Amino acid sequence: MALLSVQDLSVKFKRRGLAPFDAVDGVSFDVEAGKIVGLVGESGSGKSVTSLAIMRLLPKRGNTIGGVVDFDGTDLLRIPMSQMRDKRGADLAMIFQDPLSSLNPVVPIGLQITEVLKRHRGMRGAAAENEARDLLDQVGIPDPTRRLHEYAHQLSGGMRQRAMIAMALACRPRLLIADEPTTALDVTIQAQILSLLDTLVHEHGTAMIMITHDLGVVAGLCDEVNVMYAGRTVERADRYEIYAHPQHPYTNGLLASIPRLDSPPGERLHPVPGSVSDNIPWASACAFAPRCSNAIGDCRQQSPEFKPAPVGRDHLLRCFNPVEPEAVGAAAVQQMATSPIPPPSNKEQLS
Amino acid sequence: MTEPQSPQEVPDRDRDSEVEAVESHEPTQQQRIKDLHVTDLGETEAASEAEIEAGEAGAAEASAATAGEDVLLEVNNLKVHFPIKRGVLFDRTVGYVYAVDGVSLAIKPGETYGLVGESGCGKTTLGRGILRLEEPTEGQVLFGGTDIASLTGEALRKERRRMQMVFQDPLGSLDPRQTVESILLEGMRAHGLVKDKAQANARLRQLLSDVGLPANSLRKYPHEFSGGQRQRIGIARALSVDPELIVADEPVSALDVSVQAQVLNLLADLQSERGLTYIVIAHDLAVVRHISDRVGVMYLGSLVEEAPSIDIYAEPLHPYTRALMSAVPVPDPVLEDTRERIVLRGDLPSPVNPPSGCRFHTRCPWRQPTLCDTERPVLTELKPGHRVACHYAAEIASGELKPNAEQLELV
Amino acid sequence: MVMDRKKERIDALAASGGSASTALLDSEDAKSGGGSIIADAWRRLRVSPVFWVGAIIVLLFLLLAIFADLIAPHDPGQLLLRSQTRLSRNQLAPPQPGFPLGGDLLGRDEFSRLVLGSRQTLLVGVFATAIGLAGGMILGTLAGAFGGVVDTVVMRVVDVMLSIPGLLLAISIAALFTTPSQWSVIIAVAVVQIPVFARLLRGQMLAQRGTDHVLAARALGVRRAPIVFRHMLPNSMSPVIVQATVVVAVSIIDAAALSFLGLGSQDVATPEWGQMLGEAQQKIDSYPALAFWPAGCIVVVALGFTLLGESLREALDPKNRR
Repeated sequence: MALLSVQDLSVKFKRRGLAPFDAVDGVSFDVEAGKIVGLVGESGSGKSVTSLAIMRLLPKRGNTIGGVVDFDGTDLLRIPMSQMRDKRGADLAMIFQDPLSSLNPVVPIGLQITEVLKRHRGMRGAAAENEARDLLDQVGIPDPTRRLHEYAHQLSGGMRQRAMIAMALACRPRLLIADEPTTALDVTIQAQILSLLDTLVHEHGTAMIMITHDLGVVAGLCDEVNVMYAGRTVERADRYEIYAHPQHPYTNGLLASIPRLDSPPGERLHPVPGSVSDNIPWASACAFAPRCSNAIGDCRQQSPEFKPAPVGRDHLLRCFNPVEPEAVGAAAVQQMATSPIPPPSNKEQLS
Repeated sequence: MTEPQSPQEVPDRDRDSEVEAVESHEPTQQQRIKDLHVTDLGETEAASEAEIEAGEAGAAEASAATAGEDVLLEVNNLKVHFPIKRGVLFDRTVGYVYAVDGVSLAIKPGETYGLVGESGCGKTTLGRGILRLEEPTEGQVLFGGTDIASLTGEALRKERRRMQMVFQDPLGSLDPRQTVESILLEGMRAHGLVKDKAQANARLRQLLSDVGLPANSLRKYPHEFSGGQRQRIGIARALSVDPELIVADEPVSALDVSVQAQVLNLLADLQSERGLTYIVIAHDLAVVRHISDRVGVMYLGSLVEEAPSIDIYAEPLHPYTRALMSAVPVPDPVLEDTRERIVLRGDLPSPVNPPSGCRFHTRCPWRQPTLCDTERPVLTELKPGHRVACHYAAEIASGELKPNAEQLELV
Repeated sequence: MVMDRKKERIDALAASGGSASTALLDSEDAKSGGGSIIADAWRRLRVSPVFWVGAIIVLLFLLLAIFADLIAPHDPGQLLLRSQTRLSRNQLAPPQPGFPLGGDLLGRDEFSRLVLGSRQTLLVGVFATAIGLAGGMILGTLAGAFGGVVDTVVMRVVDVMLSIPGLLLAISIAALFTTPSQWSVIIAVAVVQIPVFARLLRGQMLAQRGTDHVLAARALGVRRAPIVFRHMLPNSMSPVIVQATVVVAVSIIDAAALSFLGLGSQDVATPEWGQMLGEAQQKIDSYPALAFWPAGCIVVVALGFTLLGESLREALDPKNRR
C-alpha cells in the first residue's frame, strides 16, 4: 500500500466568459515511502497545480478539484481545512522554487523553524532552538548557531534553499513535495541540494514528489518518472526504463531536443515543433497531436487511453502511435558506446 | 599598441570577405570609424603607463591563443568594476564590485565563443562590457581593429550597428508598447538603413522569414506571441542592422525545454547563412558546449579555462571546470548512477571581496598550501588552443596531485 | 469675453478626453505604435463600467460648468434671501420654490452659487494639474533621461520643495502675486504639484532605464531622444496618469484653502466650491448642509476623475491587450 495514492485528480479553473480550463485532467500516481516520484513537464503541463492540489493550497474560489488524494488512508480532499492545516508541515511539507519569496524576510531563519516546531511538535524554548540548530546542521548549513539569528537575505541562494528544506523537515514529514527546488540555483549548488534530498529520502524513508522540467535532474534522482503534458500523464515508467525506451513522441522529442554534455558538439538538435499554445483539448483528441511527428488520423479524432506500452515492463503510455522502441534503444546504446564514462577522467585518484 | 596593429588588421579583414559579402556599404563606414578611432587615440595618449603595460600583457596573452590567425574581436585585460556608493547628500564610493576583473580573449570571424559560469561570475557583465553597454573600467575591446572601449558619442553609436545582443528574457527585452514592425524598424532607422517604404517592407519580410515568424506578425505586439516566438523577434531585431557579432546572453534559458532546440537550431542556421560571429553566454554547460566552437569558463570575474568545446569536455584542466562538468545532470540514469561527482563545498565568494591569490582556492579540492592563497594564476596555454589559469593544472592532469579528501564529497 | 475663452479651453479639454495627461500619452503612442493603440484602448474602454461611470461624472460637471450661466436660476452675487437670514439667531433661508437649496450665510442662492462654482473649481483643478504635470514631466524626464549630475541637481531641488508643507508653499507662492486672482491660485497650486510628478516620473524612468528593452535600444545604436521619448517615457506614464487624476482633486481642495485665506479671486460674484466650503465651516454645527453641498461636489468630481484615470491606465496597459 502506497503512502500517497492520487487517483483521477482533476483541477478545473473557471474562466470568465470561457469554458473552464482543465489544468489537471485525471492524473493518477502512487508514492511509496522512501521513493521519489518525478513529475516532469513544461509550463502548462499541470505539474505544479497537481502538487498544490495535493497540499490543498489552491484558492477556493474559481476552481473545482475532483478525484481522490489518499494519504495513508485519509482522503486529503475531503477532510476539513483545519485538519488539513495540521497535516501540512507535520505529515506533508513542500519546498518551493524560490526560497527567497517563500521565507519570511523579517523573521530570522531560526525563529521560522522553531515556530514550526512549536506548532506541530509542541516543543518549547531551548529544546526547540536546539532542534532547529540540529536541523540546519543536518541540511549542511555551516555554523548553524550563527545562522539561526540571520535573515533570509543574508543567506546565499543555496543556503536559503537549505534553510527551506530544514523547515520542511522540521516535523519529519512523511511526504515531501519539491517543486522545482533547484531551478533557481547554479549547477554546483544544484548538485549539493540534489544529493542532500537523495540522502534524506533514502535514509529517513520519506516519500517525495519531485516536480521539475529538467530531464537531467530526474534521471539521477527519481525512482519513477511521470511525464505530463497539458494536464495529463502521457508516459510513466521507472527511470531506467523511460530513458532507455522513451515511447511517447513527446518524451522522445524532449530527450532529442536537449543538448547533452556527452554528445558531440554542433550535432543538430531535433526540436519539438510549435509551442504549448498549439494544444488541442484532450476531450476528443490527443492534445499533443498538432506538435507530434508521429501523429496519425486517430490522434485528432479520439482521446488516447493510458495503458501498458508495447515494449518494456511497468511502462504506461498514452499514445496511438508510439515511437519504435528498438530504434531508440539502439541509438541510446550507440551513444553509450561513443562516450562510455564521463570525466573527470582521473577516476582512480578520486576513489 | 593598437595603432600599429589596426592598419594591418582592417585590410586583412576586408580581404577575408566571408562576412563583408553580405554588406555593400561596409568598407567606407569602417574606414571612417577607423579614422575617428585614430584621432581618439591621439587625444588619449596621456593614459597612464601602467594601463598600457597591463593592456600589452593581456594582449600578448590573448594573441598567443590565436597567433597568426584572423581575429574579429580581441579583448585585452578588460575590467568592469562597479562602485558601491553610500552617502546622504553626496555619494561616496566605499568599495567596488569586481564583476569583470581582467579578461583577455580573441574571437575569430564566423566562430562561436561560449562563455559559461555560475551566477555572479561576471559573464553577463563581460558580454555587456564588450558591447559597451557597461562602461569598462580598464582594458581594450578591439573590434575589427577599433577600440570600442575608447569610442565616444556618434562614433560609438555608429559602431553599435556591427555588434548586437540577444537577451535572456524575451518579453522583457521587447518594448510592450511597440509593434513588431516598429521594434524591427527602430535600429534600421537609427543607422539610415531605411531608404523607402517598399525597401523597408521587403527587408522586414525577409527578416521575419529568416527567423521563422509568420508574415502577419508585423502589426502584432510582443505579448501576442509565445516565448519561443518572442525570442525570434529578439533575434530578428539583432539581425535588423546586419551585425557581424551577436552576443547572446542566456538565449534559451527562459524558454520551455521543447522550444529551446528550435532557437538553438535557428541560431546555428543564421550563423551559417550570414557568417555571423557569436558569443553565447549561458549557465548551462551542455547548451554552451553544443553551440560553441570554443568555450571559456569564468569564475568570479576572470577566465579560468578556455578550450575548444570538444576538449573542454574530454579533458577539463581547471578544478572548477571539472566540478562544473561533473555537476551538470545528464538525462541518462545509467550514466548518472555511475559517474563520479565532485560536489563543491560552499558558495561563490562575493565579488566585492574576492579571495586573494587564486579566486577558486576557497572551494578548490586540489588546493595546495601557500601558492594558491597568495598568487593569482594567469591564463597559460598548456596544450594548443587550451588555456588554463591554475598553478597546478599540469600536476592535476598527470595525476601527480590528488584532491584533498575533506574538500571532496563523492556521490 | 473672458468667459468665452474659458469655455473654449474647457471644451478643448473635454474633447481631448478630459485630462491633459491622456492627450499627451496618446500622442506619444500614436507616434510609436502607428495609431492602433488608441483604437485598441477605446475598444477596451467601451466595455469598462468604471470608465463609463467616471466619464459620465466628469462630463456632467463639464457640461454644468459650460452652461452654468443658463442653468443657474439667479445671480450668485445678489443677496436675494437676505430678509430670511438672521445669523445672530442662527437662522438661514430654507429651501423654497425657486431656491431648491435655500440661501447661504448672506442670503445668496446656494444652488446658483454651486452651479457657477463648478466653473471656477474645474478650471482650477484641471489647469493646476496640467501645469503641474507639464512642469513635473519636464523635470522628471530630464532627471530620468540624463541621470548623473542633472538628476542629482533636479532631485535636490525637488526634495527641498517637497520638504516644505504643500499648502504653506502654495500660500507663499500665492502671496508673491500683488493682485490675487484665480490665476495666481492656479499657479500656486500647480507649482506645489510639480515635485510630486517629477519624483514619480523620475523613479519610473530610472526603472525603465535598467530594463532589457531600453538596453536593447541602446545596443541597436538608437539615439538618446528616441530612447527617451519612445521607450522610457511611454512606459513610465501609467502611474503618472493615475497621479494626475488624484492631483485634480487635491488641487481643488488646495485652491479652496487659498481662496478661504483670501489669496484667491476677490470677486464675490464668481463663487468657488472651496471658498463656499470655507464659509460654511463657520456654521458647520448648525448648518452642516451648507458644507455638505460643496464638499459633496468636490468628492464626486474627484471620484469621477479618479475612475477615469484608473480606467485609462488599465486600457493603455499593453499587457491587458488581447
